[in-house]
Amino acid sequence: MRRQAFALLALAPGAAAAQGAVAPQFRWITFLVFGAIIAVTMAVTWLAARRVSTTTQFYAAGRSISGIQNGWAIAGDYLSAASFLGIAGLISLYGYDGFMYSVGWLVAYVTVLLLIAEPCRNIGKYTLGDILAFRNQPKAARTVAAVSTILVSIFYLTAQMVGGGVLVKTLIGIDYEVSVIAVGVLMLAYVIFGGMVATTWVQIIKAVLLVTASLLLVFFTWLPHGFSLPGFLDVVVADPKVQAQVAKLVGDPASGMTAAELGQRFLEPGLYLKNPIDQISLGMALVLGTAGMPHILMRFFTVPTARDARTSVIWAMAIIGGFYVLTLFLGLGAAINVGPAAIAAVDAGGNMAGPLLAQYIGGGAESLVGNFFLAFVAAVAFATIVAVVAGLVLASASAMSHDIWVGVVKGEHATPAQEVRAARVSALIVGVVAITIGILAKGQNVAHLVALAFAVAASSNLPAVLLTLHWKRCNTAGVVLGMAVGALAAIALVLVSPNMTYPNAVRAANEPIVAAAPAKIAAAEAALGTAVDPAAQATAEQALEKLRAELAIAQGKLSAVEGRATSMVGLEAPLIPLRNPGILSIPLGFLCVWLGSLLYRDRRAEERWEELYVRQNTGIDAEGASGH
Amino acid sequence: MAARPLDWAAIHRDPRFQELHRRKARFLWGLMGFSILYYFALPVGAGWFQPLFRQRVWGPVNVGLAFALSQFVVAWGIAWWYARRANARFDALAAELARDAPRIGGAP
Repeated sequence: MRRQAFALLALAPGAAAAQGAVAPQFRWITFLVFGAIIAVTMAVTWLAARRVSTTTQFYAAGRSISGIQNGWAIAGDYLSAASFLGIAGLISLYGYDGFMYSVGWLVAYVTVLLLIAEPCRNIGKYTLGDILAFRNQPKAARTVAAVSTILVSIFYLTAQMVGGGVLVKTLIGIDYEVSVIAVGVLMLAYVIFGGMVATTWVQIIKAVLLVTASLLLVFFTWLPHGFSLPGFLDVVVADPKVQAQVAKLVGDPASGMTAAELGQRFLEPGLYLKNPIDQISLGMALVLGTAGMPHILMRFFTVPTARDARTSVIWAMAIIGGFYVLTLFLGLGAAINVGPAAIAAVDAGGNMAGPLLAQYIGGGAESLVGNFFLAFVAAVAFATIVAVVAGLVLASASAMSHDIWVGVVKGEHATPAQEVRAARVSALIVGVVAITIGILAKGQNVAHLVALAFAVAASSNLPAVLLTLHWKRCNTAGVVLGMAVGALAAIALVLVSPNMTYPNAVRAANEPIVAAAPAKIAAAEAALGTAVDPAAQATAEQALEKLRAELAIAQGKLSAVEGRATSMVGLEAPLIPLRNPGILSIPLGFLCVWLGSLLYRDRRAEERWEELYVRQNTGIDAEGASGH
Repeated sequence: MAARPLDWAAIHRDPRFQELHRRKARFLWGLMGFSILYYFALPVGAGWFQPLFRQRVWGPVNVGLAFALSQFVVAWGIAWWYARRANARFDALAAELARDAPRIGGAP
């Protein structure tokens, strides 16, 4: 079976330890740390709530965030649990390929820095819709911008809510539904009462915690190896646990390889990512999609000037890039200290690599310090989810209230008080929808929704924004056509891709497991019966447990597709081999903006071009931090 | 500022704006193009040039790993270079235009 790109947070149901990685007697530490985080962020929200009365305060924190603060907030908005846990996990299981993954997340900010951040600050007020409505027909532009913003946010939100729920269950054993509701209620409290001011500070606090935790882990991982890169990698290559993992991954050819060759193979490409075209497609979605992510764009409206927007991206790049370099040491450190097999035993996707490394560094599963570290990292992961989700909810609530309600329904006639109230109601609606989807999607594999969110942003938002800002002939027809076609193409391509569940393929993969299980279980039971000493008995019991768990998973997968022969859209097999639609849908989005603009004339877009182009390049007359 | 709306077309025609726009466009799109090429060389190399990526250059560090790490250095380098250029030159040109904007073009 081909491995899935973007398997981040794709926790297989049942694979997670039912009791949670943090032992019950140490759970109070997680609650204590997380309680402290909640107390601090709630205090910030309470302070913010007294200031948040105007629209500029609610949507853009009064444009009073400094460049450095905004850089940290961007990092907090962007570094999701998928990055923190998922990428470290992929590196711990697959070595080089996992690290290759992390590169695109930083390079994405070169696009943001060079093409998007400053023009957006100079042109926009609060939303993506503001930028597109500047020269295009405002109602049409705001409508497509809002629909796209909400679509992208909902895809990303669902992945975060479901991933977060599973994660919290895996870490501390709290019920899935309870943790989804807890994330939802917390995030709503920040957004509704504190608006952008509180959201910004929650993101800053989370980013500082995440970076601190990662730095500490890497410091203690690297310390025994004298902070030497080759020295550390020599240990990785020589590690028997790593060599065993590579032998398992490469299969038959491994028999002809020496132990050193097996270890070295861990640092070479090709253990996880098998399809280069899919990789390039994913890279395109990341590098172009980040610049079209509404919750990232929105952050540039919180600083007073374009120069501060520039400073904030530079800081964000330093923090985000530094963090992704650290993931290499987190992942490899987990591989040599905990071992890929032990990591995959707690969670098949490797998401527990970072937390387990923390436990090891503190002294192991039996020690107080080890469990304190683990509990601390679990609390940071929870804070991470809440901060990202808050940014997404604020972005879609702004699109609903500012673009749809005020811009389209009320024809730009609403008092600031009315608009802030509408924004709060919108946040409540989005939040309730997110919690509901999160609960309904329990047990679904939603990992591909992260990739889809980036692909839609890259195929729809980015072409429209980029060409509106930089191409004279761009107009309303192009923006509407390009955004609609780009978004629909990305979604349609995923619906016919291998990401969907194909019942026949599921049966082909799992029926042999179920058929072979009784004989294997009988053999294991016999082995248990003949085991003489306690050690052999324990080993046999473990083997039996593992077989029974495998059988249960296979049976679960089979019953989920029982009586069906086709996927959600009625296909027996995928129409395209690509999991990531970007390589097709991004050029299509650009093409349609171009085509629509050429086919239709729009006087307003032409007349306002010079004003837009001067403004975006110079920041003349841009709305500043003064009393708006 | 609110005394008279700015004459955007005239500012757009102003030679100083044209100069700013030309310099910025050349610099930004050039850097952007380089960044895209450099980044996509990574999946291309990992997919189709694996023998090259496996060459060891520094102990266990191979070409692929060194190239992946260099992506971070290059991205930071681009950010540093752009910020230096923008802070030193583009901002000064833009500030000059902003100062003179009310007096450019149009009848008072």
